[in-house]
Amino acid sequence: MDETRRGFLKTLGLGALGAGAAIPILEVLRPGSGEALAQVTGAATAKSGARATGRQLAMVVDVEKCLRDDVRKACVEACDRAHNIPSIPDPKQVIEWTWSDPFGDVFADQINEHTAAAAKEAPVLLMCNHCTDPPCIQVCPTGATWKRAKDGIVMMDMHRCIGCRYCMAACPFGARSFNWRDPRPYVQHDADGKPLSDFPTRTKGVVEKCTFCAARVDVGGQPACVEAANQVPGGEGALVFGDINDPDSDVSRILGERMAMVRRVSLGTGPNVYYLVPDALPALAAGVEVEGEA
Amino acid sequence: MIQNFFRGGRRYWTLMALWVVLIVIGLFAYDRQWHLGLSVTGMSRDVSWGLYIAQFTFMVGVAASAVMVVLPFYLHDYKAFAKTVILGEFLAVSSVIVCMTFVFVDLGQPRRVMNVLLHPQFHSVMFWDFMSLFGYLLLNIVIGSMAIEAERKGTPPPHWVHPLIYLSIPWAVSIHTVTGFLYAGLASRPFWMSAILAPRFLASAFAAGPSLLIVLALGVRRWGGFDIGRQAIRTLGTIVTYAMAVNVFFVLLEVFTALYSGIPHDRQTLTYLYVGMDGRAALTPWMWAGDILAVVSLVGLLVPRIRHQERWLVPLCAGVFASLWIDKGLALVVAGFIPSPLEVVTQYAPTATEIAISVGVYAVGALVLTMLYKLVLNVREKTQLA
Repeated sequence: MDETRRGFLKTLGLGALGAGAAIPILEVLRPGSGEALAQVTGAATAKSGARATGRQLAMVVDVEKCLRDDVRKACVEACDRAHNIPSIPDPKQVIEWTWSDPFGDVFADQINEHTAAAAKEAPVLLMCNHCTDPPCIQVCPTGATWKRAKDGIVMMDMHRCIGCRYCMAACPFGARSFNWRDPRPYVQHDADGKPLSDFPTRTKGVVEKCTFCAARVDVGGQPACVEAANQVPGGEGALVFGDINDPDSDVSRILGERMAMVRRVSLGTGPNVYYLVPDALPALAAGVEVEGEA
Repeated sequence: MIQNFFRGGRRYWTLMALWVVLIVIGLFAYDRQWHLGLSVTGMSRDVSWGLYIAQFTFMVGVAASAVMVVLPFYLHDYKAFAKTVILGEFLAVSSVIVCMTFVFVDLGQPRRVMNVLLHPQFHSVMFWDFMSLFGYLLLNIVIGSMAIEAERKGTPPPHWVHPLIYLSIPWAVSIHTVTGFLYAGLASRPFWMSAILAPRFLASAFAAGPSLLIVLALGVRRWGGFDIGRQAIRTLGTIVTYAMAVNVFFVLLEVFTALYSGIPHDRQTLTYLYVGMDGRAALTPWMWAGDILAVVSLVGLLVPRIRHQERWLVPLCAGVFASLWIDKGLALVVAGFIPSPLEVVTQYAPTATEIAISVGVYAVGALVLTMLYKLVLNVREKTQLA
């Protein structure tokens, strides 16, 4: 009896030891997972509870206000201009930082078979979610994509990217685009033959995506899409941008007041683009009708 | 030593010329890709990996399968594999070269490939895959060349090689496990995110690799006068049979969890593969052909009286190899992207350029393999004369 008990305790001790050894390895492979194991096994780690609680920029998208074609169009066009995004004719090889897709596809796991058809078809504005635990960063073999410590923006270094496209396979939101060809001939130019903005044009063979306009944010500005939406009459507040970890920010205030959805929440990546859904479904349907008339 | 690569008859040089022609065609195609980018392929925003990465995945398996001859010979002193082991190791060398070349041609910015070493990311499975493949290549080059050198001198291989040989056994398992982890760790792709993926990769590898080895060994016996022995062929046939049975079992486990649980995302990809989705079914004929081939070959292999006859063994091995190529070298990678995260079914088909490059990469492997096998034959011939 005693022997068995001792054996059991020994096994338990070895188990704890094993977990202790596994935690740092897991921490390397997936930051945060070692901590989770530590909680399960009761083992203590230095990192426990030390999860970053700094700034995390986030976007709140008002789905209802964004039902209007002119609002979404203003957002996408502002983004294209600001980042010299090429218009590639082949739909399979397009570059998109922000775009629209039907509500039913965007929130496929959050609708049901009785969701109104018009609601399923309603267009939703999409962009990179700047996840709290981004799988794209985890898989990148060169560190060409990383999370900016000061504000949680998921950045992209197009000079380091080797174009392996592992990040595209890992992103659960289809937010990343690859330059299948040289994008420069497809970049819009002004009357003087210059690109529309100073943002560097890319080369072929690298991945790119929405950066929450990191450069504008650095000088205290707002992302181009947010500014553009606010300038459309009726589009004011369609997109709201700010620090989700600051309880006094606009985004925190809105999320405290209204019901919001994020995409594919069950995967645990922690998306930071929130979608305010209208109180009633007919609002979505009406949006589609308005669009039809326009 | 080097001169052994250049001593050969007309048949050897014809074969070499064929590989060179295919490599040159591949180089022209790659030149096009180099200048125009990966837009010359059939890949897209939705299906961002295609033929190249699928071939890489399949050939990692062939490379790993050398362990199926190394382990019985070195660990269990299974003498019947004495002559087979060098063929297995050299097959591994050429397969790893093929794998690495496929990863290289898949890169959008091939000139920056060294960034993987300059900025290593320990949390990326791809970093570990690079490391394990490169290590495995080195191990097999050293082990293989020491074996051939020992053979030439008529002495046993030096003692310091033994630990490397033992190391190469778990290392072989690791290369395909890590390749499985490339896929199985992605929450975004439910079709790949399965704990059985790495074991399934190993099972299919240990069926496909030895199948190829049997066919190669019989070819070498017929045209090179080098016989690995009846017993070795028989044992390889048994290995293929067991591995294929386990592989089919593992595939059925996947089908069970997907269909019985009925979780839409897991079911959707299987639906696309076997019946098509939204009227799109490019892979469906391949899937059925592959599965029928797999079952027929397995049934044939399971009957010893059939398996032990070489005239049946060769087509059965070809069937196993072809069915596993369809499964892993065609369907698995592409299907992981269908449907897309936004529920879109975007199909993929390789372009002529992509196929030419792939054939060229395989020809590089075939060229290396032909030279290495010729080396074995020439060294054998000399020692037998002496």
